[in-house]
Amino acid sequence: MAETLTKNSTDKAKSNSSLYNKDTYLKWFEVMYRVRRFEEQALYAYSQQKIRGFCHVYIGQEAIAGGIATALRPEDKLVTAYRQHGVALARGLDSKSCMAELYGKATGVVKGKGGSMHFFSKEHNYFGGNGIVGAQIPIGAGIGLAEKYRGTDNLSMTMFGDGAARQGALYESFNMAMTWKLPVLFVVENNGYAMGTSVERTSNVHDLYKIGAAFDMPSEAIDGMRPESVHEGIERAAAHIRAGKGPYFLEIKTYRYKGHSVSDPGKYRSKDELQEYKDKDPIIITERNIIDNNIASLEEIDTIKNNIETEISAAMEFAENSPLPMASDLYNDNYVQKDYPFIMD
Amino acid sequence: MSRIITLRDSLREAMSEEMRRDENVFLMGEEVAQYNGAYKVSKGMLDEFGEKRVIDTPIAELGFAGIGVGAAMNGLRPIVEFMTWNFAVLAFDQIVNNAAKTLTQSGGQFTCPIVFRGPSGSAGQLAQQHSQTFESWMANTPGLKVISIVDPYDAKGLLKSAIRDEDPVCFMESEMLYGLKGEVPEEEYLVPIGKAAIRKEGSDVTIVSFNKMMEVCKIAVDELAKEGISAELIDLRTIRPLDYDTLINSLKKTNRMVVVDESWPFAGVSAEIAYAMQKHAFDYLDAPIVRLNAADTSLSYSSVYVEEYLPNPTKVIKAVKEVMYINA
Ligand SMILES: Cc1ncc(C[n+]2csc(CCOP(=O)(O)OP(=O)(O)O)c2C)c(N)n1
Ligand SMILES: [Mg+2]
Repeated sequence: MAETLTKNSTDKAKSNSSLYNKDTYLKWFEVMYRVRRFEEQALYAYSQQKIRGFCHVYIGQEAIAGGIATALRPEDKLVTAYRQHGVALARGLDSKSCMAELYGKATGVVKGKGGSMHFFSKEHNYFGGNGIVGAQIPIGAGIGLAEKYRGTDNLSMTMFGDGAARQGALYESFNMAMTWKLPVLFVVENNGYAMGTSVERTSNVHDLYKIGAAFDMPSEAIDGMRPESVHEGIERAAAHIRAGKGPYFLEIKTYRYKGHSVSDPGKYRSKDELQEYKDKDPIIITERNIIDNNIASLEEIDTIKNNIETEISAAMEFAENSPLPMASDLYNDNYVQKDYPFIMD
Repeated sequence: MSRIITLRDSLREAMSEEMRRDENVFLMGEEVAQYNGAYKVSKGMLDEFGEKRVIDTPIAELGFAGIGVGAAMNGLRPIVEFMTWNFAVLAFDQIVNNAAKTLTQSGGQFTCPIVFRGPSGSAGQLAQQHSQTFESWMANTPGLKVISIVDPYDAKGLLKSAIRDEDPVCFMESEMLYGLKGEVPEEEYLVPIGKAAIRKEGSDVTIVSFNKMMEVCKIAVDELAKEGISAELIDLRTIRPLDYDTLINSLKKTNRMVVVDESWPFAGVSAEIAYAMQKHAFDYLDAPIVRLNAADTSLSYSSVYVEEYLPNPTKVIKAVKEVMYINA
């Protein structure tokens, strides 16, 4: 029987800042700052109607992106939901092709075919943003099955929201993944709400990590507002999974500062609640931590910020100036078969 | 007395009136209660009817659709709202394998008076998973009735009929047209299931459509009138059972037909109509029926793709000229 580790480690002693080297700290800062600026600019472009459709931003959840960037291996696989810009950037997708995708341009990461909810990059082992709540949970387990089948020690990081945790697909997938000891790191990004519905209103079980217990799956809750704790959580889980012991479940407690999507004013939660999280802003805290503990200088931080400003401006310009797809491209990529006979009447 | 109200309001009036009339009617779905509906269709209903009858569900379509089926089998009359029909795909097992089959597999003992409702069809640049139409999917299944409507007057009357109907009904609206306005009387009325509506009489060609595409066709009909072409415009309103008689009678008059249907072409509503017309009105046809569908592809995100994918007035006019053998 698998060792069952079911605990809530959010209030464990804060890790000592000197545990990590300078590069790690700067990497966290860089990734989180990139995500924040990318999202702010995406919101601006949306207000200018350059970006259309649904657009769900990652602002507030950046520490998770930071932890992913340092704790996963490039060969590991990742699949997530539609709130995915930050996760994609953390995996190394470049801001230019992501921004161009939001603009619906031919140079976008999926040629303007997916928009905000559907970035994919085989090169980065990024299996996409999924628009159907919970659909990626079994898919992530299947990605894990393929890794086990091939005998690698890569894991499949399978991310979903607290709302998705109520879908039947989760329970079926947890059971099979656990029974077959698949190398899957299930991660619920618990930002407290699924659209306007709080976690408390969708179940009697408010501590989502406890769901794992029904399957004897090692499960724990971690603080998602600090890249350190996200990094450590993923590392602990990864060690377990790579040792061939099967899946692991992390509940990452986080918060989204903005509404569900651009069209949601988010009236269902209080200003105080939002402020409580903004006071723990992972980017501000990490920057302060770096400076206060002399991990790097103010100039070094400024250089990172300036580089990212330049990068994001360039991404906007690239998106703006890129060509739209051709109308006939609508027929591309529906079938692998090149001469597929579409109904054209 | 009538007033001008939106599609969204007409649907809410239908549900509220039926809930006042019959205490066994209740509404459940994602965000229907405290949030007042993802598209504000159920605004204010929680305040009037309380938590017992306006129920927020978790995101669990298979589960709450099935809970609706069980409640319907056991004497209640649920209205199950799907945020969009794209998410109802998760619940197809309960709709197709259970709601549609309860009566027949119980040898007529159990009925399943339930309404599954929500928007169907594309709604701008929402990409592949959020842009699908489900009329032909659902209408393919015996045991289900299917209504697809955006006109506020008809939507209200048909939804009331659907709630009172003893059979399971799939009711399809439009995300983009919840704000569409129309005249709706203060007094109570019903619109019967299974009857198409002639929106405009004409003599040269019959255009058949439903849901959001009706608005596209209206523009085309006006344009055609300017060119001296008199088109008869039919709104199917109910997809199953289909009102073949109204279509045949119109064809007898105009001898030409164009079907405009946002579903994919293969085995869709348009295919059924074209088959039935050639079978039952062959001698009245002066030209092959032409259909206009969404492209035979998934709908990708970029505006360019949306434009290419959907029927529009220009394409409708072209199709009309094709059946009239007019060289554009
Ligand atoms: C199957 C399905 N049902 C409903 C929706 C509509 N919807 C989109 S996002 C969402 C809320 C999901 O919340 P959560 O899983 O907590 O993710 P978050 O948005 O907080 O990142 C809903 C209901 C959908 N996309 N798919
Ligand atoms: Mg959430």
